[in-house]
Amino acid sequence: MKNILARLYASLQGLLVPVILLAIWQYLSTHAIVNPQILPAPTAVIAKWWEYLLPTEAFDPSQSGYLAWLFSGEMIRDAYASMYRVVVGFLVGTALALPLGLLMGANERIYKLFNPLIQILRPIPPIAFIPLSILWFGLGNPPAIFLIVIGAFFPVLMNTIAGVRHVDGIYIRAARSLGASQTTMFLRVMLPAATPYILTGARIGIGTAFIVVIVAEMIAVNNGLGYRILEAREFFWSDKIIAGMFTIGLLGLAIDSGMNRLNNYLLKWHRGIENN
Amino acid sequence: MQPQIHISKVNKVFSTGGREVVALDDINLEVSPGEFICLLGPSGCGKSTLLNAIAGFSPPTAGSIIVDGSAVQTPGPDRGMVFQEYALFPWMTVEKNIAFGLEIKKQPKARIKEKVSELLDMLKLQDFRDRYPKDLSGGMRQRVAIARVLALDSPILLMDEPFGALDSLTRRNLQDELLRIWTEFQKTIIFVTHSIEESIYLADRIVVMTYRPGTIKRDVSVAIPRPRDPSSVEFNDLKKELALLVMEEQTRHNQQEIRMPAAD
Ligand SMILES: Nc1ncnc2c1ncn2[C@@H]1O[C@H](COP(=O)(O)OP(=O)(O)O)[C@@H](O)[C@H]1O
Ligand SMILES: [Mg+2]
Repeated sequence: MKNILARLYASLQGLLVPVILLAIWQYLSTHAIVNPQILPAPTAVIAKWWEYLLPTEAFDPSQSGYLAWLFSGEMIRDAYASMYRVVVGFLVGTALALPLGLLMGANERIYKLFNPLIQILRPIPPIAFIPLSILWFGLGNPPAIFLIVIGAFFPVLMNTIAGVRHVDGIYIRAARSLGASQTTMFLRVMLPAATPYILTGARIGIGTAFIVVIVAEMIAVNNGLGYRILEAREFFWSDKIIAGMFTIGLLGLAIDSGMNRLNNYLLKWHRGIENN
Repeated sequence: MQPQIHISKVNKVFSTGGREVVALDDINLEVSPGEFICLLGPSGCGKSTLLNAIAGFSPPTAGSIIVDGSAVQTPGPDRGMVFQEYALFPWMTVEKNIAFGLEIKKQPKARIKEKVSELLDMLKLQDFRDRYPKDLSGGMRQRVAIARVLALDSPILLMDEPFGALDSLTRRNLQDELLRIWTEFQKTIIFVTHSIEESIYLADRIVVMTYRPGTIKRDVSVAIPRPRDPSSVEFNDLKKELALLVMEEQTRHNQQEIRMPAAD
């Protein structure tokens, strides 16, 4: 009982600052101290968010199933489009970076072969590839996914290389004395030993991918959350901009907690999650 | 009897930063099948270097090491290695760690399972089958490491201060367990230690090494019948004798350390 009260108190405490800020914000807007066009009231934003979430048309059983209708709202479609790009781009980027990183980490010759190129390309922010990607791929999904691939590729690559290089020599010696072949060594010793690093890379990679997707959608695509908030600006729909930003934040949170779960699952053997 | 391990004129020189360290100098040693040998000496006298050369991790600069009739080239499962740091794979459960060598050998699944169960029983690890190494105590980890090399049926066990990090009670338990395993399976064991008492408790022969260059100072046979009682008179007489030998080397170690503070 005491415990529940304590926890209730803790969460109330956490709400204190946001509630005060919201109250000030609400006050400023409703009393027209700031122009609602610039800063709409929180209630207006919530109303807009709800509207953006709900299906645009009335339910018509002859057209679609109930679930399909329920998820036919503009926000759901935008979020899906953005997520799709992030996931595909991230998976492609990781699928390229992981084997290359493993090879570069394990083999000095391959490392020397690729490292100069990587050192030149890596400092270029993925956003700087936007003009080139539009030139090469036109508009729509291809340039956006290309940018996300780049955004995810380098963090995964660098961390995989570091992970393989930091594999404790004692594991390699133990495996060799047990008779492990090259392949076994690679798949059952180096790769698992490097997973803490690789997962850190994946986490940074998907974070970068999420930033890149929003920017890419503002420039090269005409749907998705990034496109939507920029479109809303054209119409001075500040409530929709903020509602869209809120959705972007929620999606980022969902991605992060998904990565967290994956981390905990894959590293359940690890002394302390994260570093050690 | 034909020696199982034949080490002759082995030299090992490390050169780091322009300085040369003669880690092993003219080592000659023959080990018969089933013998329990302890390499004894203060730290830095080349015990690990010799063991690693026999294991095939780091070949000698000169000389030859012949095991079961053929020269050592690479590490291999015929010489099971137990490390002081356990070297268990932390991402594998206890069961998987023990099974790893058998999986490498591509043994049938049922056979692996049977063998692993046998070893879990033998080393009293049944309750830890599905645990990860991080959840085990040092003593338990070393049991797993021993089970892992026993799974391979290696005729030779090479052990580098395997009990050095354990408390004295756990240490004594594992020493007894090791002697039991050694008697039952008739392994040849080369066991590195810097504990005089441990070497007398375990070994048939104690090879005392010198410090820089690492040579064999004395090769002492231990005639005390097992189980050996560390409080007995013969045990303590031998202990005094060995302590004198080791102390001489320890003193040389300290003197050299003063002259070359960067060493080691
Ligand atoms: N990889 C190495 N490079 C340079 N010197 C080494 C290396 N390994 C060991 N040594 C030196 O060789 C000597 C013997 O070391 P080692 O075999 O580890 O001793 P012990 O196991 O008896 O403590 C020491 O003086 C050590 O500094
Ligand atoms: Mg050593």
